[in-house]
Amino acid sequence: MTTLATTNNNEIKSIENITSLPNSVLLSQGAEAKTYKIDLYGIKCIVKERFVKAYRHPTLDQKISGKRILQEVRSLNKCKKNGIDVPALLLVDVPSNRIYMEYIDGITVKQYLYNCFDQSKETSTTTTQTQTEAHQQQIDICAEIGKQIARIHDLNIVHGDLTTSNMLLRNNSKSNIVFIDFGLSYTSTMTEDKAVDMYVLERAFISTHPNSELLFKEILDSYQKNSPSPKVAKAILDKLDQVRLRGRKKLAFG
Amino acid sequence: MVLVMGFEGSANKLGIGIVGDDGTIISNIRHTYITPPGEGFLPKDTAKHHRSHIIALVQRALKESNLSYKDIDCLAYTKGPGMGPPLRSVAVTVRMLSQLWNKPIVAVNHCIAHIEMGRLITGAQDPTVLYVSGGNTQVISYSLNKYRIFGETIDIAVGNCLDRFARVIQIPNDPSPGYNIEQLARKGKNLVELPYLTKGMDVSFSGILSSIELLAKDKEKMKQYTVEDLCYSLQETLFSMLVETAERAMAHCGQKEILAVGGVGCNERLQQMINQMVSQRDGKSFAIDERYCIDNGAMIAWAGYLMYKDGVTTPLDETTTTQRFRTDQVEVTWRD
Ligand SMILES: Nc1ncnc2c1ncn2[C@@H]1O[C@H](COP(=O)(O)OP(=O)(O)O)[C@@H](O)[C@H]1O
Ligand SMILES: [Mg+2]
Repeated sequence: MTTLATTNNNEIKSIENITSLPNSVLLSQGAEAKTYKIDLYGIKCIVKERFVKAYRHPTLDQKISGKRILQEVRSLNKCKKNGIDVPALLLVDVPSNRIYMEYIDGITVKQYLYNCFDQSKETSTTTTQTQTEAHQQQIDICAEIGKQIARIHDLNIVHGDLTTSNMLLRNNSKSNIVFIDFGLSYTSTMTEDKAVDMYVLERAFISTHPNSELLFKEILDSYQKNSPSPKVAKAILDKLDQVRLRGRKKLAFG
Repeated sequence: MVLVMGFEGSANKLGIGIVGDDGTIISNIRHTYITPPGEGFLPKDTAKHHRSHIIALVQRALKESNLSYKDIDCLAYTKGPGMGPPLRSVAVTVRMLSQLWNKPIVAVNHCIAHIEMGRLITGAQDPTVLYVSGGNTQVISYSLNKYRIFGETIDIAVGNCLDRFARVIQIPNDPSPGYNIEQLARKGKNLVELPYLTKGMDVSFSGILSSIELLAKDKEKMKQYTVEDLCYSLQETLFSMLVETAERAMAHCGQKEILAVGGVGCNERLQQMINQMVSQRDGKSFAIDERYCIDNGAMIAWAGYLMYKDGVTTPLDETTTTQRFRTDQVEVTWRD
C-alpha cells in the first residue's frame, strides 16, 4: 500500500506526514497520546498520535515522543512475531508522531472487572449463581493476565505501564487479552526490571479494584505456574517481595 | 464552634494553627529553621530550634486570635512521617499541654493533612494529588477509603533534589533553596540534557542530581552554561517528569482535577506546567500559595478535626511519633 488517501483531483499524498485523519473519532486521551478510531478502506483502525505537550520544553518533548514511538513499534512487532496478542501494526508515520494499528473490538480489562464486581454484589435481583459465576470470571481473567505477562517477560520485554486500562479483550472474551500501550516498554533481561513491572501493576491494580489482594495473588500464581521459564519467574516474584519492602521502608518526611 | 489547635514540626518548619469546624483558619503561624548556604538542616539542631520556639508560638497564636486555651477543644499533632527528633520534641509539648489544659489529642499523618488542606482551600472535590516536598514525591488518588499511592519517587524526593543542588551551587537557604532556584531558573536559556527516567507512574531523580552536580563542578564545560541555565534545565526536567506521571494517573483514574500540595507545589513554573497540561485535556488544576502549601499548623489542625468529628482521639500512651508513616496506611472515614 503506497497511498492512503486521495483527494478529489486525484492528487496522491505521501504516506508520511498525513495531516488529516478523515472521519476520525477521538476515543481517548491518555497521558501522552490521543487515540482516534478511523476507517481505512473499510478497515476499522486506530491512530495513536503523540501530540506536542505544551508544558514540556520542545527539545525534551521531541526526544521523548520519538523514543517512545520507536519503543512502542518495536515491542508490538516482537510480541506479534512471538504469538502474543497485540494490535497488528499498520503504519508508522514518524513526522506526525502517529502509529496506525488494528482496532480491537472489546472492552478494557478494567471495565470487565468492574462489570463482574457489580454482578457479584448482592442486590435483590442477583442470584447466588450469578454471584459465583462473576467471581469465577474474575479469577479466570486474573489467571490469564498472569500467564500472558509471563510470556511477555520471557521475551525480555518489560511493558513499563502495566495497568488494567492497557489490556483489552478481543470480542469481550476473557480468554483473549490484548496488550496495548507499549510506549514505556524496553528490552531487559534483568529480574529487577521485571519485578518492578509487576510492582507497577500491583499498585495500579490494588488501587483500582475492590477485593483485589486475592485477585492479584491469582495473577502472581498464574504468572509463575504458566511461565515458559518457571525458575526465572520464581526469582522475579522473590525480587518483587524486596521491591515492595523498599517502597514501604522508604524514609519519607516533609 | 469546635476549635482545633494543630502542631507541625516534622522538618525544619515549626507551625501552629487554629482551625474552626467550618474550615475557618483562625491562626496559622510558622517559624522556620534556616541554615547557612551550603548546609542542610540536621535533626538534632532542628529539634532544638523547635523546642526553643514552640511555647512562644503557641502563646502568639492564642493572643493573635483573641482566644484562651479554654476555647480549644482538641490538640492535633504530626505523628509522622518526618525526622525523628523534631517530631518528638513537638509531640512532647503536645502531651504536656494536653495534661495541663485537659484536652484530647489526635495524631495526624502529615501527608493526609497536606491533601485535606489543599481540598479545603481550593474546593477541589476528587483530585489527583501531586504531593511534592522536601521529603516526599507521590502521585495520589482517593479510592476505596484510602488515599492510594499510584506513583512515587524510587529514590530521592524532588524537593530534596533541588535542596541538594542548591547546596552544590552555594545559594542561600532563605527563604528556601527551592525558591531561590526558581528565581535563577527564570533567567536560564539553554536546556542541558539530563537523564529522564519514568517507570509507569514512578520517577527517579538521583541520576539527574549526580549528572548535574558533575556538570556544575566541571569548569571546562561550565564555560558553555550559566548557573541559571542549570537551574532552568533542572526544573524543566524534574517538573516534566512529575507532570507526566500525574497526567498518567489522571487518565487511568478518569479524574478531571489535579491538586498540587507540599512545598514544591508553590513553585510557579510547576504550577504553570500543570495548567498547560490540564488545558490540553479539558481538566482543572488547583494550586495553593505558600501559606498553606508549605508545612503549617493549620493543615494538621484541619486533618485532626476531620478525625475528631468522626470520634477519633489518641490515648496519651499512644501519642508517639514515627519517621515512616505511609499515606495509604490511614483509613479515611470522612470521605465516601
Ligand atoms: N488497538 C486498539 N483497539 C481499540 N482500542 C484501542 C486500541 N489502542 C488503544 N485503544 C483505546 O485507547 C486508549 C488509549 O490507548 P493507549 O495506547 O493506552 O494510550 P495512552 O498512552 O494514551 O494510554 C485505550 O485505553 C483503549 O481504550
Ligand atoms: Mg494507556
